[in-house]
Amino acid sequence: MSTAREGVLASYDYLDSTLDAIRELREKGFDEITAFAPFPEHHIEEALGYGTTPMAIFTLVGGLTGAATGFALTMFTSLDWPLVTGGKPILSMPAYVIIAFEMTILFGVLFTVIGVFWNMRVPDLKSDVVYDPEFSAGRFGIYVTAPGDRLSEARKILESSGPSRIEDDPEARAHG
Amino acid sequence: MATVTEKERGAQTHPDVRKYAEVNTDILQMLSRPGKWWWILLGMSIAGIGLLAFSWGNQIINGIGLSGLNSPVGWGAYITTFVFWVGIAHSGTLISAILFLFRARWRQSIYRAAEAMTVFAVMTAGLFPLIHLGRVWHAYWLFPYPNQRLLWPNFRSPLVWDVFAVSTYFTVSSLFFLLGLIPDIAAARDQTKKGTLRNRFYHLLSFGWRGTDRQWHHFAKAYLLLAALATPLVLSVHSVVSWDFAMAIVPGWHATIFAPYFVAGAIFSGVAMVITLMVPIRKVFGLEKYLTIRHFDAMAKLCLVTGLIVFYAYLTEFFMAWYSGEDPERRVFWNRLFGHYWWATWIMLTCNGLIPILLWFKRVRHSIPALFVITIFINIGMWFERYVIIVTSLSHEYMPFAWAVYRPSFTEMGIVIGTFGWFAFWFLLFIRLLPPVAISEIKEVLPPPMRPKPRSKEEVSS
Repeated sequence: MSTAREGVLASYDYLDSTLDAIRELREKGFDEITAFAPFPEHHIEEALGYGTTPMAIFTLVGGLTGAATGFALTMFTSLDWPLVTGGKPILSMPAYVIIAFEMTILFGVLFTVIGVFWNMRVPDLKSDVVYDPEFSAGRFGIYVTAPGDRLSEARKILESSGPSRIEDDPEARAHG
Repeated sequence: MATVTEKERGAQTHPDVRKYAEVNTDILQMLSRPGKWWWILLGMSIAGIGLLAFSWGNQIINGIGLSGLNSPVGWGAYITTFVFWVGIAHSGTLISAILFLFRARWRQSIYRAAEAMTVFAVMTAGLFPLIHLGRVWHAYWLFPYPNQRLLWPNFRSPLVWDVFAVSTYFTVSSLFFLLGLIPDIAAARDQTKKGTLRNRFYHLLSFGWRGTDRQWHHFAKAYLLLAALATPLVLSVHSVVSWDFAMAIVPGWHATIFAPYFVAGAIFSGVAMVITLMVPIRKVFGLEKYLTIRHFDAMAKLCLVTGLIVFYAYLTEFFMAWYSGEDPERRVFWNRLFGHYWWATWIMLTCNGLIPILLWFKRVRHSIPALFVITIFINIGMWFERYVIIVTSLSHEYMPFAWAVYRPSFTEMGIVIGTFGWFAFWFLLFIRLLPPVAISEIKEVLPPPMRPKPRSKEEVSS
């Protein structure tokens, strides 16, 4: 299936042109759309019909793992060599809460960072992707792939919103 | 990230910035022109590192006896400066994470530099426990690792909490900093010539970021989650640092007020440091469009509020010492004001209590030179605050026969001054190599470009 797909990339100077094009593409049944923006633009996400992200799950699992690790580490090591210091109980839970708290944050952050890299599909250092360097400066972009026979229809929709640049990608190399 | 509606974007934080592409040009030019002053400052900072290396090397070879530390004052300039730098670090996370959660829109142009300051300040602070150890080659004993004798650190000790708090803080603030940088590094990559060393460096650090809808979608959520995790962390780290003192039954230390008192002090000194650093950056790189008077005004207000909390804490400490009826406690505080270290205490009270009163006046808050001078005084005052807390209490504990006077030695002074060079070195490299102002986040508070036709507005704000 993917062999027959072709892609086209359009860059826009204006946000509303981009949104118009995305909405029309989706209305006509083109689903393989990647939008580019210089900052997180919620209107684009809405136009693409985004729901929630699974990021919070990573954070939650990381945090719980961290808390468990913190308590396990402090309790195991105290019991491993039970030595009373300062007349305090061997298992001094209030003190261990601090270690467990720090580990909760640490693991929560590590899991979140791993999760976001996983979800964003980075690192991705190939250089042959279809891209316009202006996307990080000020332009918005739409990349759409479609079966070869429907591509001209998609291209027409993109052109109707007045792109500042349009580029064909016959091998459909770039995917979001 | 911050969901701002069309209308709010009209209320401009950066009224003189019109186009998205302009932000890239203005910010990325900072990476291309070092200028004479940058080289002079870099030279000075390397000289500072040289002083640090010489003093510390000398201390490693000849022993901790080169410092003025002795019984009963076992903590002196090193721990003072450790707390100082950890405190400086805190405002970076406050600006980047806490103000992000509060949707304070003036943070955008400041937070990247403040965050960098956090990372480098923690790197600087982290040196001090190692320096203070004396036998630095045993530093790994601080961490829990399986060893032959089955010995583990004592998790009931606040010093071990501190190891966990500070190393977690360093890891988290670095990751937060680097994640936020990715889109801006991609912007730097796109504006450098293909194949150059810089382009390859940015290409690698951008992780192949392209700004797709999918990337932004997860990025924004992850950023929010990290901010939510960093917020309790930043409050906990200085609390844990304060417990290094408050858990001990030393007069002048053993107080429940310490955690909030230290956190407020940390933010106070940190915001002051941000202002001190931002004034020259703004001037040298011509960032008046991005760092407006409004930004400085907001930071000065933050400084004023935290400064008031700190001053209130001072008064509470003195009051509680008197009200407790504890003789040693009373003596320590009397000794602070009128004893051997009276000058340090009065520097602290003047710089942190009296000078910030000027910030009540709008004219002062709107004068960049005035803010620059005031914040330098605050930084000096906050260093002396820690000096007063640590040294006056230890030198004047319960037993009169054990009272003694501590003086920092040349080695200690060399190390303390040298770490400013170490901090400046990293910060100077940062403003030359990585985008020092958050390019993509400034665009969030600019009005989006619309087709020059009237019909577009209602569609977009739907």
